[in-house]
Amino acid sequence: MTLYLLLAIALLIIGLHGLFVRAQLMRKILALNVLTTAVFLLLVALAHAAEVLDPVPHAMVLTGIVVTVSTTAVALGLMVRLLEQRGGPANGHHGRDSRDP
Amino acid sequence: MSIALATAMVVGLPLMAAAVAFAHPRRGRMATLGTGLLLLPVLAVLVLENLRTGPWRQDLGGWAAPLGIGWQIDALALTLLVLTTVVALAAAIYRLAERRLVPDSRQRRYFWPLWLFLWGGLNALFLSADLFNLYVILEMVALAAVALIAAAGGPALAAAWRYFLATLLGSTLYLLGVALLYGQYGALDIALLTGRAAEEPVTLAAAVMITLGLLLKGAIFPLHFWLPSAHGRAHAAVSAVLSAVVVTAAFYLLVRLWFGPFAGMLPGLPAQLLGLLGAAAVIWGGVLAMLQRHLKMVIAYSTVSQLGFGLLVFPLATAGALPDQAHAGMLMLLLAHGLAKGSLFLAAGCLAWQWGSDHLRRIGPPMAGGSLLAWIAIALAAASLVGLPPSGGFVAKWWLLESALAARAWPWAAVIVLGTFITAGYLWRILRDPLRLGSDDAAVVPAQGQPLPIPLAMPRAALLLALAAIGSGLFATALRSAFAAGGLAG
Repeated sequence: MTLYLLLAIALLIIGLHGLFVRAQLMRKILALNVLTTAVFLLLVALAHAAEVLDPVPHAMVLTGIVVTVSTTAVALGLMVRLLEQRGGPANGHHGRDSRDP
Repeated sequence: MSIALATAMVVGLPLMAAAVAFAHPRRGRMATLGTGLLLLPVLAVLVLENLRTGPWRQDLGGWAAPLGIGWQIDALALTLLVLTTVVALAAAIYRLAERRLVPDSRQRRYFWPLWLFLWGGLNALFLSADLFNLYVILEMVALAAVALIAAAGGPALAAAWRYFLATLLGSTLYLLGVALLYGQYGALDIALLTGRAAEEPVTLAAAVMITLGLLLKGAIFPLHFWLPSAHGRAHAAVSAVLSAVVVTAAFYLLVRLWFGPFAGMLPGLPAQLLGLLGAAAVIWGGVLAMLQRHLKMVIAYSTVSQLGFGLLVFPLATAGALPDQAHAGMLMLLLAHGLAKGSLFLAAGCLAWQWGSDHLRRIGPPMAGGSLLAWIAIALAAASLVGLPPSGGFVAKWWLLESALAARAWPWAAVIVLGTFITAGYLWRILRDPLRLGSDDAAVVPAQGQPLPIPLAMPRAALLLALAAIGSGLFATALRSAFAAGGLAG
């Protein structure tokens, strides 16, 4: 239990670091994914800690995964349009042209 | 019509209409207007029931909490539902007329489905009493809002991106807080949590996470950085709904939670801190609004400033004297601000079309052909925003001020008075340049050429909202007793 909680906190820090420090758009999207994973890990760890295995957090995590897939898809779509607008490559490398606006 | 069916329609109608508008893009117009016109009588039924019986709960599918999801219907929820419907309907009328001015494009077919999804999401948000359900709804609202901002193209894409990152981080922080609450109390329902939540470190940590997330989503100082560009660069109709209702929705949840599950912890430091953030928002947002050169940016910064007044409800309601007055003032503020802000954005959109830019020095005076209606809307909405009697904005600030004076909370009273002067300052700026007042200023050039003609429905939609903002003040006594009769759930 403690191990999973520590892991969740580590993921949380990695995600926040990526979101605030990294400039590339793609990395920010990935950082947000890591961040939500930290919350999901916390939820599953909480479910495991209950005396009788609690199904509600599992349902929450499943729903959360669906939500994250949708938000990631929209974020990727928006990123592609932003990169197209700047004349950079929409796919392939995400080097200097994919800096945060 | 049964009451349960009516509440279901509040969420179901916009979502069904969204599906129709997505499958048949040509029906988008009909689906949107139909939704608005049907929702008005449905909400009237709910308001009448609320006045008769007070707040009530409805369990979805007959499953009671903790397993099922509940809806709560009270004065707070109904006020915001009515505001959403009126603003969304007026903005839709504006947008429908505006579309005669722009060539057809591929993106246009997705506009109404997104609009209706946003509408349905907001309605669900104001009804839901389940914290996890609220998380999903918050994401749904965010996705629709981001796509609607991005629909303006150009610089709006970068603004939409920033808003998206901010709002996703906000939802994740919110979900983290919800997970902590569930781990401690095994409940997600707001009413159940209100009964169970104790003042302990975990609750405090959850409250901090949820509050941070919602401050980010509600663009409350100092986490407002994303709002001005997102609201300033979107289509005027989209800005109207975003500023009037979407940021208000995050603020609504703060009120719901701090006067619900976290109420025990509110008196003292948390209330003072939230009030301080509000005071800082009132002043900082107002000063920045004064410095803007574009009409829509002034209005966008004004949202940051005006929502700050709302945050004063936390210290004022816990100060002891007249808490009901503070609550009523906050509700009135949300209502009057939403209506006035929606009107200002729509009117700004009209002027931007007519003069080719919303730069304050390029907009012509009211008498220069065709823009008179938009200017009347701006003047009326500005009167309400500043708080001139008998407008809704005046009543809201008066009630807040009364509760501050009754509690002898002089600093908060000073913030309300100072904020009113700052509001008058930036709204004066909106009027000064186009009217060419202070003509000794050499930099003020006369407006170029004649304004473009626009469909009359556009300024009329703005005028409708401005009149509603003023009208809400005329019926203040009736609204006050309706707030009292409608009560608060939980």
